[in-house]
Amino acid sequence: MLQKLSCTGYVRMCGLGGILNRYGERMPGREIIRMSCMMRDRYDGRGGGFAGYGIYPRYAEYYALHLFFRDEIAKERTEELLKDRVAIIKDEPVPMRRVKEIPQENIVWRYFVEVPHRFRDRREYLEKEEDYITELVFTINDCIDGAFVASSGKNMGVFKATGMPDAVAEMYKVEKYRAYCWITHGRFPTNTPGWWGGAHPFNLLDWSVVHNGEISSYGTNRRYLEAHGYKCRLLTDTEVVAYLFDLLVRRQGLSMRTAAVALTPPFWKQIERMPEPKRSAFTALRMTYSQAMLNGPFAVIITNRDTMVGLNDRIKLRPLIAASSEDCVYLASEEAAIREVENDIEKLWAPRAGNPVIARLNEEVREEVIH
Amino acid sequence: MVRNFPPDFVVRVDKEACINCMRCIRECPFGVHEYDKEKKRWKRHHDKCVACLRCAYMCPTQAISIERSPMEYSPHPVWTNRVRKDIKTQAETGAVILTAMGNELPYMSYFDRLVLDACQVTNPSIDPLREPMELRTYIGRKPEKVEIEEEDSSIRLRTKLAPNLKLETPIMFAHMSYGSISIEAHLSMARAAKEVGTYMGTGEGGMHVELYPYADHIITQVASGRFAVHEEYLKRGAAIEIKIGQGAKPGIGGHLPGKKVTEEISRTRMIPEGSDAISPAPHHDIYSIEDLSRLIYALKEATRYKKPVFVKIAAVHNVAPIAVGIIRAGADAVVIDGFRAGTGAAPQVHRDHHGIPIEAAIASVDRRLREEGIRHWGSIIASGGIRSSADVAKAIALGADAVYIGTAALIALGCTVCKKCYTGKCAWGIATQDPELRKRLDPEEGARRAANLLRAWSHELKEILGALGLNSIESLRSNRDRLRGVGLSEPELRVLGVKPAGE
Repeated sequence: MLQKLSCTGYVRMCGLGGILNRYGERMPGREIIRMSCMMRDRYDGRGGGFAGYGIYPRYAEYYALHLFFRDEIAKERTEELLKDRVAIIKDEPVPMRRVKEIPQENIVWRYFVEVPHRFRDRREYLEKEEDYITELVFTINDCIDGAFVASSGKNMGVFKATGMPDAVAEMYKVEKYRAYCWITHGRFPTNTPGWWGGAHPFNLLDWSVVHNGEISSYGTNRRYLEAHGYKCRLLTDTEVVAYLFDLLVRRQGLSMRTAAVALTPPFWKQIERMPEPKRSAFTALRMTYSQAMLNGPFAVIITNRDTMVGLNDRIKLRPLIAASSEDCVYLASEEAAIREVENDIEKLWAPRAGNPVIARLNEEVREEVIH
Repeated sequence: MVRNFPPDFVVRVDKEACINCMRCIRECPFGVHEYDKEKKRWKRHHDKCVACLRCAYMCPTQAISIERSPMEYSPHPVWTNRVRKDIKTQAETGAVILTAMGNELPYMSYFDRLVLDACQVTNPSIDPLREPMELRTYIGRKPEKVEIEEEDSSIRLRTKLAPNLKLETPIMFAHMSYGSISIEAHLSMARAAKEVGTYMGTGEGGMHVELYPYADHIITQVASGRFAVHEEYLKRGAAIEIKIGQGAKPGIGGHLPGKKVTEEISRTRMIPEGSDAISPAPHHDIYSIEDLSRLIYALKEATRYKKPVFVKIAAVHNVAPIAVGIIRAGADAVVIDGFRAGTGAAPQVHRDHHGIPIEAAIASVDRRLREEGIRHWGSIIASGGIRSSADVAKAIALGADAVYIGTAALIALGCTVCKKCYTGKCAWGIATQDPELRKRLDPEEGARRAANLLRAWSHELKEILGALGLNSIESLRSNRDRLRGVGLSEPELRVLGVKPAGE
């Protein structure tokens, strides 16, 4: 199939998809894999991945660190650091199959860890603990050659590699995990080299992001984040989306909707037509978060432990389709991917440019009209 | 001793075309043209010609042309003609050489070694004629974060914002004082600023009553001479700027000779008519950053915290920590004036040898403010040698929020950069108080041209953004990833924070 598509000369793009079960019921990975396969002609095989929420119920209270190591030395050095900083409750190799399409480049290991009591006592608990884990992730990615943290949230994990998403799923046995929220990404990298760490989803703590397009404002966003202590070292523009949501929502306490206003704000002309007090609020958001604003052609899906958000750039230069059924909310680059897995669609629509589609556990899905 | 001084220019007159109308005599304020009525012969004082080209353009028969003088000293790579002339001038006068406009030495321009990116395939370029394209810029302090009260669909702001200036385009007219330039030049820029939705600076010479209708688009200045500074003046403008230094003459003050202090200037500046207007090199109440902070807050108190207060400094070697100090001292914006900045009068030695290029200064100030996590405390306004919309775009990509243009604005009003502003004889009616010369600049026409320049550059900025695939200027700010350096050394690239072309 891939061969045939190459011959016909289809233009390929990234493709993304996501499912959230509104009632928190866990679904096997089969459906997200089928969604991903349906959009196969958008990928070129240099990156694919999945993120699942709810996959580690037995270790739900611990941070699940998924790590890539280039060799044993990197693994040893990382473990030394981990032992120093956190308490390792359990560690094991991530179960994998050999697949011929993907050369086995990395050792993939998972660690369930908690912040030791001696640190907890000294810090305001939850928020600081998350900052502590963030710092640990940045230290590993930054300072240990050949080690990379693929995900660091609780009760969730990212499975990604250089390859077609179906091969990646096969390799990681994604079909064996059960999650209430899944996202997937197939990559056609144009800007940055294809490597395992560079595949999507990108993750920090509970935040995961899949992204199609380009963040043309990357330099501006990166410098804004760096001024807030984030380190953007992944050689790709997608990571800024995850960090921006982390900064705005987790650290600064904005709602998802307001964060979306900051990241894809309405045009000034639209803001001027708004009634008070909305106008003042939107003006202040744009003035304050001008450097957080995301520009360029993109569609992204952002998830955390209870929410899945779809967001387009302000003039919708990349596709994104939303749909809902009785139980589930779907987001995808293509309608076909949703129809592949759901026969009883209640509602299917193309969200407007810049309007976030917010799906939350136990709530109706909403397209927030900010534009 | 023979005065062996070759003139810079020669005036050529086509005798066939000349109709002896004497217009050139009336037009030239420098006394180049002379007619001996008895002998019926013309004499042209080539040594007095400054190549302002006024006579050439006003001659009804186009008989006059100005050329560079072919007569020069024997060529020498080190002892250039200019060096030799300067030495002779000083040997003759024993004085400091006075000059005007910007740095004349052939330093490299970093703007000319930086190139902008453009979209191809993976990110579509945006056509500003079809899609919205935003240049609006807010200058002033921003909060670290915004607190919002949300209930269902209603949204209300809980954070109180500091006063900001709203610019419809990130280009403002630089501070040039009334006194150094004419009221007609001031009026032209004030009207243009209001029309386009941006601001002009008064300079240190106060705000003439004729500018009052445009005061909401005028930034007042408080300089070391404290001319015109009183409560009403501060309250009238849109913002206040404290001038510590200027790029054309870092570290030194200014001097408006008494003979230029006419009645109107005396009234505006609040000094006696005919008295020298002296701006000391430092503010004598600011000898430290603490003192500066006191003045900033004194001005804020005087204006009830309703006006942003900017502080302007010349770009000098240590500009980054100084700018950080200024922002920490309470300024809402720091204005950095590069070493190519213009002036109405400056000693040549200062103009040509002090300060650093604005490009390097923007990059290092922006970086330092970010490293300290206080970039949002204040805006960066860059000035000094901004020649085109491309320079504006590059300055913003390096980290500036907005720019000031001075020389470019004057050129729009008719200035030809003859560098004789300090003589007060400007043949184009700009840098002069002579009532006859002033008539040469019509503020109506001046405003039209100054506004046109802003519109043209804004239009080009939108096209540049479109080519970069961005639809808002804030996504270019400090986006150094969209710049590449051509022919720059590694340390220079490091300072500017840009990659070399091809990388």
